[in-house]
Amino acid sequence: MTILFDGIAYGMVLFVLACGLSVTLGLMNFVNLAHGAFAMAGGYAATILMNRWGLPFVATLPFAFLVPALIGVVLERTLYRRLYDASHLDQVLFTIGLVFMAVAGTDYLMGSQPQLIRLPEWLSGRFEFLGMQIGRYRLFIVVVCSLLTVVLQLVLNRTRFGSRLRAAVDDPRVARGLGIPVERVFMITFAAGSGLAGLGGALGAELLGLDPLFPLKFMIYFLIVVTVGGTTGLIGPFVASLILGIADVAGKYFVPDLGAFIIYTVMIVVLVVRPRGLFVRS
Amino acid sequence: MPSKAAVSRLSTLGRWRLPEILFWLAAAASVPLLTEYHLVLTEIAIIALFAVSLDLILGYAGIASLGHAAFFGAGAYAAGLFAIHVTNDPLLGLIAGAAVAAVLGFASSFLVLRGADLTRLMVTLGVALVLGEIANKAGTITGGADGLQGVFMAPVLGRFEFDLFGHVGYVYCLVVFFVLFVVARRIVVSPFGLSLLAIRDNPLRARAIGIPVNNRLTAIYTISAAIAGVAGALLAQTAQFVSLDVLAFHRSADALLMLVIGGTGYLYGGIVGAVAFKVLQEILSVWTPQYWTFWIGAILVAIVLIGRQRIGNGVMGVWSRLLGKGGAA
Repeated sequence: MTILFDGIAYGMVLFVLACGLSVTLGLMNFVNLAHGAFAMAGGYAATILMNRWGLPFVATLPFAFLVPALIGVVLERTLYRRLYDASHLDQVLFTIGLVFMAVAGTDYLMGSQPQLIRLPEWLSGRFEFLGMQIGRYRLFIVVVCSLLTVVLQLVLNRTRFGSRLRAAVDDPRVARGLGIPVERVFMITFAAGSGLAGLGGALGAELLGLDPLFPLKFMIYFLIVVTVGGTTGLIGPFVASLILGIADVAGKYFVPDLGAFIIYTVMIVVLVVRPRGLFVRS
Repeated sequence: MPSKAAVSRLSTLGRWRLPEILFWLAAAASVPLLTEYHLVLTEIAIIALFAVSLDLILGYAGIASLGHAAFFGAGAYAAGLFAIHVTNDPLLGLIAGAAVAAVLGFASSFLVLRGADLTRLMVTLGVALVLGEIANKAGTITGGADGLQGVFMAPVLGRFEFDLFGHVGYVYCLVVFFVLFVVARRIVVSPFGLSLLAIRDNPLRARAIGIPVNNRLTAIYTISAAIAGVAGALLAQTAQFVSLDVLAFHRSADALLMLVIGGTGYLYGGIVGAVAFKVLQEILSVWTPQYWTFWIGAILVAIVLIGRQRIGNGVMGVWSRLLGKGGAA
């Protein structure tokens, strides 16, 4: 049961990390392999604020959202937008380039050692509940991420912005004709996605570790979540993240020898059986 | 019944032109003239062969792969293990590497053919990752993270022993590279190669005029995998060591970068790109030993922003002016 809970917490973090990508990749159809770099930016923003400026952990989280969101806006305005219409291969090459730059740049600025998060007292340790060992921090993650998920789902499906985004994605030309500021909608979406990735990076630094290789190490996890989850919105990626999180934690616990082998195989099988993901827009 | 015009067009395409011959003469001249660079040149020959194999599927068949290192690595491990456990004859080792990579390529081609662009990228990446994970975990066979050690090669053809300075190794790699290049060149100017171009440009129409699209793609994917396997085997044999690095993601990305620098769809792009990449890498790693990947990344970003097509067309333009004919692709 503890494993199940840890898996859920892990999956939740993955979801927050990957949901931005599921919007850019799934909805805007932009292959952004550099998504992990934004997550890393958030994680580093949090650790720097905490370790050098002495802010408490929770107070750093808004910055973990804002810093990558800002970087996201700047990059979207200057670079990404030129490639919305480019081929997938160009997008892949471009974002791989960004990943390489982010990895080496972070290494240069921050050193290659892993960054540590010091959790406040009230978040560390475990308590027992119905015979389950529950980590306080993991419970915190589950609560925060669940709230985020609900909010995101509501924003996407119930607000004016959400319907504008969906319209802009479905047919940018018609949407523009109807007076929807498509460019701005994309920009805000991209920024929000990057910010969420950053938030995920900060929340997950404890669970996933944080070092300059982060964007490369977890790139595949994000891609699995999005491609397996499909592009129907957020439910697919959410379910996919939970499955992935639980499978990964359980796999590492029960059959450590197989390592990451299981999830890669599962991904390939899913993609072969259902090339467009588990949840496809009808 | 092929028309006379088509036959003559095919044979014109296949004719060796002066710049190509000069290029290979220059490559041959590097053997006696550039003796102190043989180790680097060996590496260039190997990654160029790898890039050429990727060009076969990317530039000709239009399959974008993020995991071509799977076959490079499979060939490297196959050749290494073959040398340790079976026989250490280099040529048989190459065949072993090619065979294993080809089987793998054949098997995975069905996975790759299932999806469109994005799924392909993911599946190829996934296959490479799975292999990397297997090589990592099967430590008793592959040496895991420590790498496969103790690969000792017998002399090539029983006569030419590998030396410390890489002279024999370089000649060996260059000859193998040349032979396989000729094969690849023959393939792309054959009717089979032309049908691949048709598939790349419009799969639907290609199917409509009777080209068995999936069979052709499976065939070229297998061939490409086999050639990548040979490249990996060459690395294993000349370095006498195989590390997990052969399956790493950056290897696939590097090969893509080489093709982006040199241009796709005319085979020499891989070679131009490999030379440029290695020279860049040497310069950058002298300049900033730890952080040279930053600049590699910056180059990638710059190339894409300037426009891959534009750069490719530039290189192609020079090339076709040399050949004295209009650019293809």
